[in-house]
Order: sequence, then structure tokens, then C-alpha cells
Amino acid sequence: MAESENIVAETAEKIFADLADAQTINRDQKGEWKAPLWQALSDAGLPLSWVPENCGGSGASLAEGFSVLSAAGRFAVAVPLAETMLAGWLLAQAKITSPGGEMTVVPASPKDRITVNADGSLSGRARGVPFAKVAKHFAVLASNAKGDFAVALVDGGKCRIETGLNLGGDPSDVVTLDKVQPVTIKPAPTGFDQARLMLMGGVARSLQIAGALESMLDISVRYSNERVAFEKKISKFQAVQHNLARLAGESAAALAAATSAADAIANATSFNDEVFLEAVAAKIRCAEAAEKGGGIAHQVHGAIGFTIEHILHRYSLRALAWRDDFGSESFWAVELGKLVARRGADELWPLVASR
Amino acid sequence: MTAALRFDPIRLPSECEQLRKEVRAFLAEEIAAGTFDPHKPNREDTDVPEFSRKVGARGWLGMTWPKKYGGHERSFLERYVVTEEMRVANAPTRRFFVADRQSGPVLLKYAPEHIKMEILPRICRGEICFAIGMSEPNSGSDLFAAKTRATKTDGGYLINGTKIWTSSAHIADYMIAIFRTSPPTKENRRHGLTQFLVKMKQPGIQVNPIGQITGQYEFNEVVFTDHFIPDDHVLGEIDGAWKQATSELAYERSGPERFLETYYVLTELVRAVGNNPDTRSAEGIGRLVAQVHTMRRMSVSVAGMLQAGKEPVVEASIVKDIGTIWEQQLPHRVRELAAFVEETATNRETLEKQLDFAIKTAPKLTIQGGTTEVLRGIIARGLGLR
Repeated sequence: MAESENIVAETAEKIFADLADAQTINRDQKGEWKAPLWQALSDAGLPLSWVPENCGGSGASLAEGFSVLSAAGRFAVAVPLAETMLAGWLLAQAKITSPGGEMTVVPASPKDRITVNADGSLSGRARGVPFAKVAKHFAVLASNAKGDFAVALVDGGKCRIETGLNLGGDPSDVVTLDKVQPVTIKPAPTGFDQARLMLMGGVARSLQIAGALESMLDISVRYSNERVAFEKKISKFQAVQHNLARLAGESAAALAAATSAADAIANATSFNDEVFLEAVAAKIRCAEAAEKGGGIAHQVHGAIGFTIEHILHRYSLRALAWRDDFGSESFWAVELGKLVARRGADELWPLVASR
Repeated sequence: MTAALRFDPIRLPSECEQLRKEVRAFLAEEIAAGTFDPHKPNREDTDVPEFSRKVGARGWLGMTWPKKYGGHERSFLERYVVTEEMRVANAPTRRFFVADRQSGPVLLKYAPEHIKMEILPRICRGEICFAIGMSEPNSGSDLFAAKTRATKTDGGYLINGTKIWTSSAHIADYMIAIFRTSPPTKENRRHGLTQFLVKMKQPGIQVNPIGQITGQYEFNEVVFTDHFIPDDHVLGEIDGAWKQATSELAYERSGPERFLETYYVLTELVRAVGNNPDTRSAEGIGRLVAQVHTMRRMSVSVAGMLQAGKEPVVEASIVKDIGTIWEQQLPHRVRELAAFVEETATNRETLEKQLDFAIKTAPKLTIQGGTTEVLRGIIARGLGLR
């Protein structure tokens, strides 16, 4: 990691440590921690990391932004940081200036479609849009009858929002656009399609899941060294040690897959099959790790980790929830399987060993 | 953070890609010439001396070793590429693989100069085969329990006892083995073991083959009766083999051979489902490819750390732990998907034969090179639990 990436990530890490401590957040039922945290993140320019300076952002590199997302995952922060970063990135693809404040991207599922009408307005329905309720603006990817993609900045107040919550208790809403006139709309760059947006979102979620697993491993190891049962620290029981070793394996696999995918996207010159494999494999493997790893973290904690007072659920439930955003692992596995089959058996290994 | 695991996204440098092309071209030539059949992993002839010499002649053995011992002073990542291409092609590497991966590096570190000069160039030429003598009856992964004695005599040692599960002992020219030179002490259970270079096919060594459930003969029992080993064949410190034997395990545990042993069934499944798979087959293949991709990213990452001179003991153990479990599960997952393969698929019979062999192979994968239980103990130690 280059030194400059470290500085951006360290800034994020420091803000989270100061203002997004899991214990404090867990005790604060009214959500009063959110405003100061968002203010600090905004002051540091982090929500608009991926927006060039001439479009109102802080112009960080893709790699720097990805390291911010890893840090956000380690703290399992429940503010729309990843969503605003993705929205800013999407708008910047079409050279649209990002406004300040919270944003999110629409659609958030590969199955949902937003269409550009003949009069330039937008219509469509998008489910599971993270933080739509709190977002002031949406970055929308839409296509017209000819299949050309456009990027639009939309005022959130002009859309119908049906609120919902994901597994982790964070907003996950249905957004309906009924002939909504966008603030700005511009053509997407050549070749940019919905899969690109979904995979970028999927890699963001992969990094967040991997970060949450790192924290789950950390707090599980710590707990096992404190908790005494049958007159011994439970960390001294071989069965517990082996479970934690498996958790370390899942955490490691998620970390390796997610950081590799982020690196592939950050350095990609074109969005080819190799980059597709990296992004999709990360989403699939991280989702599996969330299930297996989260299960072990809860097993190690016993009943206490199942309580609302304990911080474990902040990581475990969010990691499970993030599996569904921007295409679940089942969805992408089908797409990856089709790609592999299309290329043929003898091209599988060259694809896997391409970097 | 308690456990700062790192898996940096290492990319193989361009010289590796050039090398990969050369290895693929070489393997294609050998397959065309009938040296081996990549679709037939369960063949009897895993030991092909002529193939071994050709690999040596290409400069792909002892790749990272000093030139004065016949090595090629290339990078660990270049060696990685050769290993994975050989593995994926099911090349007959039995004769040289152990010597290249483990025995050579041990000799480089611990053998006297004249032995290095004599033996290492022969390994690099692909002429000689090594076995590793660790397990004994009733010891296995519990190295401390080894009992085979090396008793000091004039000019050397007399060996008495039995090694077991020794792969390739029946074709090996040498074995690197640990023997007991003194009893363990109360303070240190690890004390008293010494590493030796054993010249096979000498008086006092009897090799008895042990068949495997796959139908192959790789294992052996090796019985030593007053076998003499000269003093200059001691490797390293007397009574101090424990540390030596464990310090190099990262090389043994994270390589591509630790997640690709049953990979061939996946390729054959993709062939059998054809270009337009049903949803269930597509999803199944997608999940398996995501797994193998992730395993490989982890393994390459550890190779990069080794190349950079780091000692990623925990990371390497994790790669071996989840890598062998992955290659163990793979044939079973492919078997489930094979139920949906059309009767008319041209490679259906090949796939079935491969599955038969891979499913029989699977149980050993989590045992060889450190059992899953032992590895998890090492990972737990790394996490600060022991």
C-alpha cells in the first residue's frame, strides 16, 4: 500500500475510533452519534473520496477510497459513507458534480431497471436501496429504449420511498420513480452498464464484509481470553481454539478476495473477464465467509453475543445483510458460471491464473 | 487488532507470464508425445525419470538455489508458476517434487559443503529422488514420539527402527529423516531428535510397499537394521532437529499443490456441461470457481511474502488448512453437479473416472503435510490463544 493510501485510510480509521466506537453506538439508542460522525467524515472529505476536485470532491484514488471502505467495515459504521462514495463515483463517470450531504445509488440490485423516458424523465422501481430514506440525493443509472445508459442526479424528495430495514437494522428501502425529472442527466461513458455499477457496489460490500470479519475475529479472540468456564479460560479449550482458527481462515479468505478485487478494479485499464472474475469471486467468497465466520463468532461468544447489549451483532448482522446488496452471491455465481462455460473448459485455468 | 492477518494482492511480475507460456508449451509437447495423459490422474506411472530429466534440462528444478550448486537464482514467484502449471496439467512430478520443494532447501541450509556440491546439482538435473522420513508407527503428526534410534559408533551412527507412510521410498535415492539421538528431557519434549541424510539402496534398509485405497503404491514402510550413516551425513545440530524441521514449513504449506490436487474434476465438469449450462450447473460452477480463485489469491500472496523474506507462518497454515479442505470437498461438489450432465456429453466417462479417483484421494489431503488439527493448533498459537 502506498503511503498516501495510508494517510486517507488512517484519517478514516481515526475518525471511526473517536466517533464510532461500537460500545458507545450500541448504548446510544437515539442515534445521536450519527450527526457528529457524519460531520467529521464530511469535514475530512471522505464521502466524496472518489469525486475529482473539479467536481466538488476530494479526488482520492480508487485504491485510497477502497482502503476507507475496509476501515468502515472494521467499524461496521451505519452511516451512508460507502453509499455516498459510490454515488459520487457514479456521478463522476458522467462528469456530474456531486452535491454535499448524504447520497445513495439507484438501483442497488442487478434485477431492477430504471428507464429514461422520451421526455427525459425517469421511471422505475428499485428495491433494497441502502439509506434511501436519509439520502438527500440519488445517483441513478438508467437506460433508454435503445439500451443506452445515462447517469442522473435526482432529488430524493421527488421519489416515493417505502422504508424498510435490512438484517443489520439499517435503512433498506424501495425507491419508486414515477416520471421524475432529474436535476442533471448525462450519458454514461461508452461501455458503462449496470453490471459495472453492481460490481463496483459488490466490491465495496466485499471490503466492508471482510472488515467486519476482521473485527469479529478480533473481539472473539479477546473474549475467549477473558471468559472463564469449567475453571479455565475458554481460549485454552482445543475445541474453541479450532473454531477460532476456522474463523481466522474465513476472515483471511474474505480479506484476500476483497483486497484483490479492489486492487484489480483500481488498476484496471478495461473491464475484462479477469476483472469480472475478481469482483464477482470477492462477493461470493465474502458472503460465504460472512455466514460461516459470523456463525463461529457467535458460537464463541455464547448467549452474551446474542444480546442486543453486546456489540457482536453490529458486525455479524451487517455482514450478513451486505450479502444481499448489489447482487447476492447466488446471483453472481450463476453469472460467473455462465461466463466460465462460455469460455470453455480449457480457458478456465488461464482465466484463474491470469495475474 | 489481535490478529493482523495480511494478504496483500500480489501480482505476478511479467517474467512469470513469459515463463508460464514456456511451461505450457513444454507440457503440451510432452502430452502430444504421449509422456503422460492430463485427463488420467489415476495412472500407475507417476514416476517418469525421462520427464524428470527434461524438466531439469529446462532449468525448472532448483530454480531459486545458487548457481554454484546447479540452481538458477530465479525468484520464488517464478518457481510458483512452474509448480502450478505442472500441477494443473497432472504432470508426473513424483520423482523430483519433494527434492525440489523440501529436501534441497534443507541440504542448502544444513549439509556440509562437499555434500551440497555432490547432491544439489543432481537434483537440479532431475536425476535423483528424495523421500522424507518423519512418521513412525504410532507417531504420525506427533513428531516428538519418534523412537527410531541413531546410536553413535565409530565414524558415524547405527540406525534401528521403522519409518512409515514414507511416500516414494521405493524409488528414492535419498531420504532426509529424523532419528532419536537422545531421550527427550523433562524440560523439553522437543529435545533429542537429529536430522540425517540417508542413502537408500544400502545394506540395513528394507522398503516394504503399502497399497493405498486409490489402488496406487506411494506409501512405504522403511525398516532400518544396523544401517550405518557416516558423521558427515548429519544435517544441522545434534538433538536440535525439531526447530529445523518446523522452520521451513511455510514453503510446504502454502504452495499451489495445497489446493489444486483435485482441480482436474472442475475442468472436466466445465467441459461436460458445455457452453450453455442450466442455472443450477452455472451457479455450482460459479461458486467453485470463486473458491479456487480466492485460494489462489491467498497462495500467491503468501508466495509474495516468502519472496520478500517474511515468515508468514500463520498465513501459510491458514492456506494449507482451508486449501486442503477445499480440494477435499471439490470432488464431492462436482459429483453433485455431475448428476445434471447430459448422457451425451462426450467426456462423461472421463469425468466419472476422474471423480472416482478424486473421491478416493480426498481423505488423505487433510492428513498429508500436517493434519488439519495440527494446523489449527498452529493458527491458534498465532492468534495468541496458546
